[in-house]
Amino acid sequence: MAAPTTAPIDLSAAYLMAPTALADWLVIAPIGLMILLGAVLMMVRHRLHLHGWIAIPGLAALVLLDGMLLWRVVHHGPFTMTAGRWLPPFGISFTADLFGALMAFVAAVVALAAGIYALRDIDASGRRYGFFPFLMLLMAGVTGAFLTGDIFNLYVWFEVLLISSFGLLILGSEREQVDGALKYAILNLLGTTLFLIAVGYLYAIFGTLNMADIARQAGDYHGTAPLMTLTALFVLAFAMKAAAFPVNFWLPASYHTPRIVVSALFGGLLTKVGVYALMRVMVMLFPLQREDLSLVIAVSAALSMVLGALGALAQSDLRRMAGFAVIAGIGNVMAGVAIGGPTGVSGAILYALHSIVTMTALYLLIGEAARVGGSWSLQTLGGIYRKAPWVAASAFVIFFATAGLPPFSGLWPKIVLLKAALDIGAWWLSASILFSAFILTLALGRVFLLAFWRPQPAGAAVTVTTGTVERSAPLVGLVAIIVFFGLFPELPVRLSQEAAIGLADPTAYIQSVFPTGGAE
Amino acid sequence: MNTVILRTVAPPITALMLVFSVFVLLRGHNEPGGGFIGGLIAASALAIYGIAHGVAAVRLAIRFHPMAIAGFGLLLATLSGFVSIFAGVPFMTGLWIYPSLFGVEVPLATVISFDIGVYFVVVGAIAGIALTLEGREED
Repeated sequence: MAAPTTAPIDLSAAYLMAPTALADWLVIAPIGLMILLGAVLMMVRHRLHLHGWIAIPGLAALVLLDGMLLWRVVHHGPFTMTAGRWLPPFGISFTADLFGALMAFVAAVVALAAGIYALRDIDASGRRYGFFPFLMLLMAGVTGAFLTGDIFNLYVWFEVLLISSFGLLILGSEREQVDGALKYAILNLLGTTLFLIAVGYLYAIFGTLNMADIARQAGDYHGTAPLMTLTALFVLAFAMKAAAFPVNFWLPASYHTPRIVVSALFGGLLTKVGVYALMRVMVMLFPLQREDLSLVIAVSAALSMVLGALGALAQSDLRRMAGFAVIAGIGNVMAGVAIGGPTGVSGAILYALHSIVTMTALYLLIGEAARVGGSWSLQTLGGIYRKAPWVAASAFVIFFATAGLPPFSGLWPKIVLLKAALDIGAWWLSASILFSAFILTLALGRVFLLAFWRPQPAGAAVTVTTGTVERSAPLVGLVAIIVFFGLFPELPVRLSQEAAIGLADPTAYIQSVFPTGGAE
Repeated sequence: MNTVILRTVAPPITALMLVFSVFVLLRGHNEPGGGFIGGLIAASALAIYGIAHGVAAVRLAIRFHPMAIAGFGLLLATLSGFVSIFAGVPFMTGLWIYPSLFGVEVPLATVISFDIGVYFVVVGAIAGIALTLEGREED
């Protein structure tokens, strides 16, 4: 088709002939928007005053687009757009199903909150280093990972978000940051390499990278191909990304070094991309292998949540404590994956959604506590309750939600997970969920006692910077979400159940990629 | 590096390589070549100029910050993917126009503008890294 004079060829064998509806663009629009804004922000990198004016409306538009995407998926089911008009599995597909759309929407909400907080938290030098361009490209990577329908493309989005996260992590180039970033970079590159090797094996076995294509063929290869090896490789790679025990040590070693808003983004989003990929591969692509590996995942989950909670109890630096709380949350999601079945997976999805919001809120809260108290350490913090009652009130909500106590959003996923664990008779898994919640309650109660109720220790040098609406609005907004979905959990519970059903039985997903049954 | 030979031949070599990089970029449409390799050649041209005449001279010559060039490339490439929204075909579908320039039919496509975007991303990113490393050496 290089020249208009050549004879017409029958294109329908390779090309999608039906016109594309404008609404189908919703699956690519959020990713494209983030890349476009990242590009524009790179071009105006030295005009610092423009950054906020481009980035914040951009993130608001991302929330809007992801919201429309979610609305469409809820009402009309999964849909697909395959790049370049090629028919899948040859073209690279972007497929939005309920699970991916939910994760993308919640991630966008959190990114908007973090972006607004960053207006004050990131100073001129941080902006010159490129905080906002990196934030946009990070969101492109995160959203791309949630919406792609191609497993190699998933790897590419992992790389995109990894590169952006390196940039965000060393914003400021302090010695401690470079140290943390090195650990983070090496372990994540190892994980990504394992992922790539696993994708290579997968392609050798299946001859396709399209997830819908793999899902419909996986049953045929049972017993004839080394699917167990393949799945184990994927589990290890994604567990590394998600910071699940025993490959979790990089997270507390690096997440306390960057600016607090960067920690908030990482704690909220990056590990959840890991568990998202784990669930997509284990539950949708290789359900039989997931059953065989469920004991391994369950042990890893139980140890992650218990050791994460114990680690949180042992820390005196608030940021390190939050890092361990993230790991404990990952343990809960992994427990849902290990249990399997619609209830277990829906509990895992619900917990992941709750955790995205709560962990970001927890880090932002710590940022505020440190601003009011002038320190990150429990040894010198004190008297925040008296100085800033609204920070203490948000802390109360966020701590309860993190520990899974009523009446906030942390309660419901834990109830679903407990019920699922008891249904299959895994008493030790439910015991570890409860034990982890108990220890987390102790750890967070200790923070509340020491940092909020106790009077300021004498002799502690305190430099308090004034609060602004840019700092408080995101925190209050996230707290409002936590309170609202704690009181009215019907909508997220119902959506996560539907998402879990769509993940366990991907007929609609496959149908959206191959409407006519596709080329065999 | 302060040899007279290099300082004398560097400008013509740089100019030649830049022209060659554009040639490789356009050639890449139907034959080996393309935006990525063209961008690498252009970035090497800038690096050679930097070795001979110093980083400041290169930064002055390319006018824009390398990162801004990379950003422009990314913008161009992404927009090329979105042009197909107006034709009712999926993301990144190649669209063609055949304008006649001086009696010669020239096929132009969103594929080419995408490749030009890739070219700028590679030039900007690699030149940015090279100039930073060369700048460190001079300190």
